[in-house]
Formats: sequence, structure tokens, C-alpha cells
Amino acid sequence: MNDSTEKKPGNDSRSLTGKLLLLAAAMFGFGYLLVPLYDVFCEITGFGGRTNTVAESSQENPDFSRSIRVEFVTTVNEYAPWEFSADRDSMEVTPGKMYYATFTARNLTDDKKVAQAVPSVAPVSASGHFKKIECFCFTNQEFRANEERAMPLQFIVDPELPEFVDTITLQYTFYDTVRVSANDES
Amino acid sequence: MTTAVAEAQDAHDEHHGPEKGFRRWLFTTNHKDIGTLYLIFSLIMFFIGGTMALVIRSELMQPGLQFVHPEFFNSMTTMHALIMVFGAVMPAFVGLANWMIPMMIGAPDMALPRMNNWSFWILPVAFGILLSTLFMEGGAPAGGWTMYPPLILQTGDAFPFLIFSVHLMGISSIMGAINIIVTILNMRAPDMWLLKMPIFVWTWLITAYLLIAVMPVLAGAVTMLLTDQFFGTSFFLAAGGGDPVMFQHIFWFFGHPEVYIMILPAFGVVSEIIPTFSRKPLFGHDSMVYAASCIAFLSFIVWAHHMFTVGMPLSGQLFFMFATMLIAVPTGVKVFNWVATMWRGSMTFETPMLFALAFVFLFTIGGFSGLMLAIAPADIQYHDTYFVVAHFHYVLVPGSIFAIMAAAYYWLPKWTGHMYNESLGKLHFWLSTIFVNVTFFPMHFLGLAGMPRRIPDYSTQFADFNLIASIGALGFGISQLVFVYVLLTAKKGATATDRVWEAPKGLEWTVPSPAPYHTFDTPPKARIAEEAFE
Repeated sequence: MNDSTEKKPGNDSRSLTGKLLLLAAAMFGFGYLLVPLYDVFCEITGFGGRTNTVAESSQENPDFSRSIRVEFVTTVNEYAPWEFSADRDSMEVTPGKMYYATFTARNLTDDKKVAQAVPSVAPVSASGHFKKIECFCFTNQEFRANEERAMPLQFIVDPELPEFVDTITLQYTFYDTVRVSANDES
Repeated sequence: MTTAVAEAQDAHDEHHGPEKGFRRWLFTTNHKDIGTLYLIFSLIMFFIGGTMALVIRSELMQPGLQFVHPEFFNSMTTMHALIMVFGAVMPAFVGLANWMIPMMIGAPDMALPRMNNWSFWILPVAFGILLSTLFMEGGAPAGGWTMYPPLILQTGDAFPFLIFSVHLMGISSIMGAINIIVTILNMRAPDMWLLKMPIFVWTWLITAYLLIAVMPVLAGAVTMLLTDQFFGTSFFLAAGGGDPVMFQHIFWFFGHPEVYIMILPAFGVVSEIIPTFSRKPLFGHDSMVYAASCIAFLSFIVWAHHMFTVGMPLSGQLFFMFATMLIAVPTGVKVFNWVATMWRGSMTFETPMLFALAFVFLFTIGGFSGLMLAIAPADIQYHDTYFVVAHFHYVLVPGSIFAIMAAAYYWLPKWTGHMYNESLGKLHFWLSTIFVNVTFFPMHFLGLAGMPRRIPDYSTQFADFNLIASIGALGFGISQLVFVYVLLTAKKGATATDRVWEAPKGLEWTVPSPAPYHTFDTPPKARIAEEAFE
């Protein structure tokens, strides 16, 4: 250390500067690395209400000792020209049994529209135990002008659901995917 | 020895004086010139940001909409924060680092002088771009300085300009930080080993590493916003599979270390000033270094306490809550050391000391309200209320900004060669201290009573405290004009001695006042500084 300070800053400074620049570049990369890391983290913990968006299979294995209330909440994303609602606000379900629910959406415009519903489950501790077997949220939904359509949901609540959970809220946000589908084409 | 060095430097000065006129400032590679530029720039930004704060406070003086449109009000809160954080506080500390670090470690200049010039001159461009958004279609950014999507994506034409100005600020900070690290690690006086460095140098070394670690992450986050808006990516758009909450994680991964970037150099300044005016060496020099390093490390693992309300698993809330509270331990060490330094010291209360003492006291209040906010279940109630506003203004205004004021008064005689007007300095201090409390203390009560932040209008039960806060803000703003007057008349006072104060420690006091254009062309022995005063 003492030796380096005797010299005029030359090579030493250059290599340290290089290393620090590299560190800055690596941290820029790290910012982007947080994106897949966050995905994995959410996948594992159910953080952010993350729930399955591809079909899961599950055996029926009813546990009649408990009854869980499942509530449905529907939201339409800002200014999107849709009507979107659950046919029932909530239902009492037995864990391990298969249930069906329907949601209805209507395209309020005179054009063809494509929508995507994005689900989220609360509380976080329930999100891994709410298994959607079939869901309209697995794919884009195409609507003709002014079309109204009922869309199915088929689910099982896993009997492993933690004891303290007696209510699960399933929330859907309905997005207009003009932008997203435009990206798919390009 | 001191005079010999000084004479050698004077002789040197005649050959390599600064250029004349504006070319001197535009092309300068001299650390003192660049330090001055940074400090003047940050003072200008302080007044621009302050004016915006006064727009906010005038609107909030009474319930109902008085002066400005709600959209413009939101622009004001957003721009006030961006300008104060990136334009006033950070450049002020970089300016102090430029001026003082080479003189404190006995180096002739910064290690990378040309890059130094560049990192300053990027700033006026960045803030020129940012301020120009005030005149654009759709107005200046109004989504808050935290730039949360999807709201920030609704910014009008200003949006890409906001992103690019943040990029430029980031580039400037990173270059400045690299320069500071290389200077400190490679250019110290021969027998100044690391743990002998002055605390201000130490805290800046740690701060510079924080800057390099997190400014690129911010650059990444805003780049993702930019590509989400214009290039069809969906990092934060739920419809495309992204998650807006992820932005908050990435932003606060930058944002929390950022708050320590703004306070660690302040700790350094205060640790220089308190020993001088207590006439005792700093108590626990090495523990100060370890405490600052601890704080820097912890700052990377507490970010989610800014977002307890997003809905986190219990284990996550507990982790971030306890990790956050842990920060109180090294911070407590620091406060303890400052008090212990003063203990049985022979204290005098010149302006820099007054600001430093107010810093210790008022920063600690901000620290305590921070602890209250760290309690996850309580934070659900405090989140996005004026309590948060009160908290971070207490750590930033009587925290960072008072430390900058203290530093300015402390080193001003070294910079100008003249003593500033002490009575006006004291007047500035007392007005600032009284009004800063009048402004921000009532905000605690407003927040606890439930007044949300970032709103131009409020229910009538909040009227009284808001009026008091607005009066305080106006008073604080006007008292800063006293500071400007002190600066403008800084060269009219008595000639300062080389040591300026009675018994300051450090190499910067071994060079003449005003500090010659070039100092320490030959490295000094660090021991000299101590020998000279003992």
C-alpha cells in the first residue's frame, strides 16, 4: 500500500478504475437479474398473490371436516371497455372437492377485442393451495364486437391448506391486450 | 515545515495559475474548482427545489384548492424530491469530497481529473433536461420521485426526458464515486494507512462504494420503464405477465442504500467538527468506521420496509422489520461516540458546531420516527401519511442539509481565506433550527391523525397544523437567504489563519488559507498534521 502511494497515479489507478467500472456494469446487470430472481421467488413463496396460470392436475380427496369460503373479486383495468363480473360473489367449498364457477365478460366496443385475465390469490399462505384445473385466464380470450360470454373456472382447494385460513380471495383483473398481442406478432 | 511547504506552493502557483474567465470553469480539472462548481450548483438547486417546496406549502396552507392545479401540485412534489435528492444533497457532498478529500489525505488532486470535470458538467445538462419538462405537453412528471409504474407511465411527453435525466445523474454519480475511491485508495500520503484516515474520508469511501453498487440498479429500473413504455417489454405490466410490485423491489434495492448515501458523508462531516470544537480527539474513531460499514451493509437487506403494505408473507415482514431495527445499533454507536467526544470537552459554540449539535439532536429524532415506521404492523397505519414525510425530512433537512451547512461554515475560511460573519452565521443557524422544527414537527401529528401525503387538499381537521407547517416553511426558506448573504460577504471578514480554528486536526489545516490552487505537489508526512498541533 505504501509503495503505491509513492508513485504518481498511473497503472494502479487505471486498473482500479477498470475494476470499479466493471463493478458498476455488473450491478446494472444485477438490476436485470432481479427480474428472473423475483419470478422464482414468487413462484416458490406465492408472494404477490402468484397462482398457477397453466392447468394443474389434482385428485379429488375431500376433507369434509372443514369448509372454506372462496370469494371472487373482479376488476377491469383502467378505462378498458369491458364489463366483467363473477356470476356469484362467493361460495362455500370443501377442501379436496372439485368446484365450478363461471365469470361473464362483455366487450363494450364495436370492434374485435382480445382480453387477458390475470389472477391473484390472497392470503399469500393460500396461494399455493388454490389449484385451478381449468381457467379462462390460461389463454387470451377473443371477443367479437359487443359479444357477451360466460367463461369457466374449475378448481380444487388443496386439503393441505393451513388451518388458520378460512377464507380465500381469488381476484381477476381484466386487461385489454391490444398492446401485448401486437408484440406477439412482431 | 508548514511554511516551507506553503512557500513552495506559492512559487508554483505563479507558473500554473488558473485560466481566466469561463474557460477556467468549463475546462477545469482542478479539484478545488470542481468542488466549488459542485457546491454552487447544489446551492442553486437547493433554492429551485426549495421554491417548489414553498409552492407545495402555500397550496397546503388552507384546505381547498387555492393556487395550483392538483396535477401541477403533484409535479411539484415529484420535482422537489428529485431536485433535492439528486441535485442538492448529493452534489453538495460530492463538492465537499472534491474540495476536502485530496487536502485531507495529502494528495495533489483527484486521481482522474478529466473524468472529474465530466462528472460535474453532466449535472447541469441532466437538470436542464429535468427542469425543461415543466414546460412540456402533459406537464412535468407527477407520479412521485419513486416513479412507480403504472402511474409513472401515464406521464406525458416528459416521460423519456425524466428517464434520460435520471440516467445522466446516475452516470455522473458513478464517475464521481469511482474517482473518489481511486483517489482515496491510491493517493494517500505515504504514512496514512487506512485506519488513520479522517472519518470524513472514510465515510465517503463507503458512500462511494454504495453509489457504485446501487446507481446502476436504478439505471436498470428506469431503463425497464422506458422499454415498457416504448419498446413493448412487459417488465411491470401485468397484462403481459409482468408485475408492478417488482418495480418497487428494484427501486428500493437502490432507494434504501441511497438514503445512506445522503447521510454517511453527513456523519463524516459531524465527526470532523465535533472534536474540533470540543478540543478532544474523536471518541472511538475505529468504531465509527465499523459502524458506518455496518450501516452500509445493512442498507442492502432492508429495502422492503418501504413497501410493507404490498402484502408480504409474515416471515418477510418479520425479516425486514428486524433487519431494519438492527440499523439502530450502529447508528446508536455513532451518536454515543459524538456525545462521548463532547463529554468533559472544552466546548465552544461557533456556527459549524451549532449546526453539528443540531444535527446530532434532530437527526436522532428522525431516527426514532424511523424506528416507529420499521414496526411492520404499525407501518400499515403510517404508510403514505405525513408521518413518513416528517420522518424523512427530519433525517434529510436537519440531518444531511444541516451537516452540509456545518461543513460550509467549517471550511469556508479555508476556502476563502477570510472569516465569515459569525453573528450572521449564528442568526442563520437559529432561524433555520427554529423554523425547521416549526415546519416538520407538526407533520408527525398530521400523519398520526391520518393525513395522506402527496395530496393538494385535505379535510378541515388538519387545517391548524398545516398552517403552522406552512408558516415554518416560509420562514425556513427566507432564513436561507441569510446564508447566501454570508457567502456573498465571505471575503469581507478578517483574514483567516492557516489553522482557522483553535485546534483542528488534519492535513487540510497545514496548508495556507485560502488554500492555494495546487496543494501537496509533494506528498506530506501524515504525522506532520499531528505534530503541528500537539
